[in-house]
Amino acid sequence: MPIKLPSFRPRRDAYPPDLWTKCPSCGEMLFNKQLDKVLRVCPSCGHHFRLSAEARIEMLLDAGSFAERDAGLESEDPLGFVDQKAYPDRIAAAQLATGMRDAAVWGTGTIDGRPVVVCVMDFGFMGGSMGAVVGEKVTRAAEHALVARVPLFVVAASGGARMQEGTLSLMQLAKTVGALERLRAAGVPFLSLLSDPTTGGVFASFAVLGDVNIAEPNALIGFAGARVSAGTIAQELPPGFQRSEFLFQHGFLDRVVHRSELRSEVSSLLRFLVARPAPLVEDRTDGDPLGLPSFRALSFLSNLAERVLPTESEIAGATNGHSSSPATPTTPTTASTTATPTTASTTATPTTPSAPATAPVRASQPAPTSAPSPTPEATTTPEPVPGAPSSEEASRG
Amino acid sequence: MVDRFRGRGRDAAARAATDDPPAPAPARDPKAETWARVQLARNLRRPRILDLLPELAEEFVEIHGDRLFGDDEAVVTGFARIADRRVVVVGQQKGADTEENIRRNFGMPHPEGYRKAMRVMELAERFGLPVVTFVDVPGAHPGPESEERGIAEAIARSIGLMSRLRTPIVVVITGEGGSGGALAIAVGDVVIALENAVYSVISPEGCASILWRTADEAPTAAVAMKMTAPDQQALGIIDIVIPEPGEGAHTDHAETARRIRAVVVDQLDALAAVPLDELVEARYRRFRTIGAFREVEAPPPVIPERPGLADRLRNLLDPGRWSGISTIPAGRRDELPARDEV
Repeated sequence: MPIKLPSFRPRRDAYPPDLWTKCPSCGEMLFNKQLDKVLRVCPSCGHHFRLSAEARIEMLLDAGSFAERDAGLESEDPLGFVDQKAYPDRIAAAQLATGMRDAAVWGTGTIDGRPVVVCVMDFGFMGGSMGAVVGEKVTRAAEHALVARVPLFVVAASGGARMQEGTLSLMQLAKTVGALERLRAAGVPFLSLLSDPTTGGVFASFAVLGDVNIAEPNALIGFAGARVSAGTIAQELPPGFQRSEFLFQHGFLDRVVHRSELRSEVSSLLRFLVARPAPLVEDRTDGDPLGLPSFRALSFLSNLAERVLPTESEIAGATNGHSSSPATPTTPTTASTTATPTTASTTATPTTPSAPATAPVRASQPAPTSAPSPTPEATTTPEPVPGAPSSEEASRG
Repeated sequence: MVDRFRGRGRDAAARAATDDPPAPAPARDPKAETWARVQLARNLRRPRILDLLPELAEEFVEIHGDRLFGDDEAVVTGFARIADRRVVVVGQQKGADTEENIRRNFGMPHPEGYRKAMRVMELAERFGLPVVTFVDVPGAHPGPESEERGIAEAIARSIGLMSRLRTPIVVVITGEGGSGGALAIAVGDVVIALENAVYSVISPEGCASILWRTADEAPTAAVAMKMTAPDQQALGIIDIVIPEPGEGAHTDHAETARRIRAVVVDQLDALAAVPLDELVEARYRRFRTIGAFREVEAPPPVIPERPGLADRLRNLLDPGRWSGISTIPAGRRDELPARDEV
């Protein structure tokens, strides 16, 4: 009797080589399908496995709402860097291993219907190191968030700056932080999620600067590598050094959140942190999105005067030509808020083939929630939306 | 690969030779030449900010403390008068001997050092004084107390403050420009460096121990990172390189200070003429545009399909191998070692 080789085939296909994963923390063998169901958190010890950018986006954003931007950015080799392997070869190998072009992905999407600009890093691509492409993507995300006045949400996962690009990658710290400073001045929220690991130049630039800093439990977060620290002080490091809880204890993190609750936490934070409306008189010639504070103050005062003293303004309007001013403050604001969903839906169409059916539907959702915001009074208080989405999320997790 | 490496070496040597005629010796070997510069940048007798100031400025008043935790002696701040121009000075200070080095922590600032720098730069903005910074740091202090007090946060905030500060900023790299610890006070309108200064994203020893697996390859890493001042000028990170007197800055502190003074005064005057809005916008643009990348249209890279038949048969017969993964399937990032760097 010959061996029935065909009987092996279905078995082999049913059990691919990556069927099981061993938990590095407790040593438990975990069934991958089960692990994916629980967001890649070890059910027995709570170890949070690292996530790819793709998995992270899927976990955090509304299904089908993500529209990637600048997917074609690719690193060059400005130094002609060769160590044991040439830098372009390292990039090519990382691209084949991850299916990504570089260590970050950015785009627009929604979380429980609220628009966000997201940038997600992937440790699998050359240790998530930040070179020109990662710096550019974070910066473009921040600049887009500023123009669209949509909260920025960055997920960091990185070993630091990319050595192969030398000081050019060091300058990405200045580039990203500079863009975030503008976001901050404009009153657009920035949420930073620090995942395992977030170290070096990425931690010492955008990742630490969130208006709210969130981390996953037991993530490695630190400036210098633990070996460097230990070598410098020549003594044992304290237990839990450079872990999320260590940073939380020392006041550099707002929250340490289990992965199953992450999405609902972010969602509720986004209900409190709403971008300040765009300055009423903006970009005159140079297109500086910050506008001028003096102009904003003036138009705000005139706007207030219209509301408080309608008759007087009518009289004043007749004499000094301010009669058209009630229309002025409202139109730019509504234009900028409604612009966000439309840009999101238009860009969704060309980039992701599966998106067109779902994206416009998703994109139209934020309109009713952000509709009351154009008036100045509404924006000074957080949106009074009841916590329905969060309870729904809790049941999901 | 080897050809490219050799070609680059020749380029670097040629550029170094043309950029600074009074170079120490026309070294053939780019590795030896670069390493000599690194050694000069680290020379124990290299002039520090407090050595330079007596010749550089007519008057200097040091001010202390970050108002939050303490005073970090690795960072020197104060008011100075340079050629009758009032400026605020921020600089990193290594010690000249062991005793001073212990006091100044070998020139490695703690978070309070950067917070002191920030406080003083805010003073400068408020009183309309330009800022002149002197960079000479192996790196920010990497110990646990530094982490506890938020060294990363202090560096990031300092970078942020400098990127929006509404007053001219002149940066002078006098010795080692070590990574984030240097950049934290090096976001300026103009970046000047002494001829034998170096600027890098990580120390050559650190780079070598990660990429070459041994710190002995530090000279090779130094060449690969193009960390010398002339190389950095060619990359557009440094604007002006000041030649050093004699065998190097450590041989003549006074002459070095005079040369720095001449360039700094020129730059201060040039920047004073620029309206503040334009100045801050130009500084943002300067750093915004750094970095080399291209935009490609091709479809995203495809992860190769499953391993070949032989491998799959072997996997089938030896289940223990299944946990070993040749490529990184989407969603698996845990088998990779974390890197110690920067």
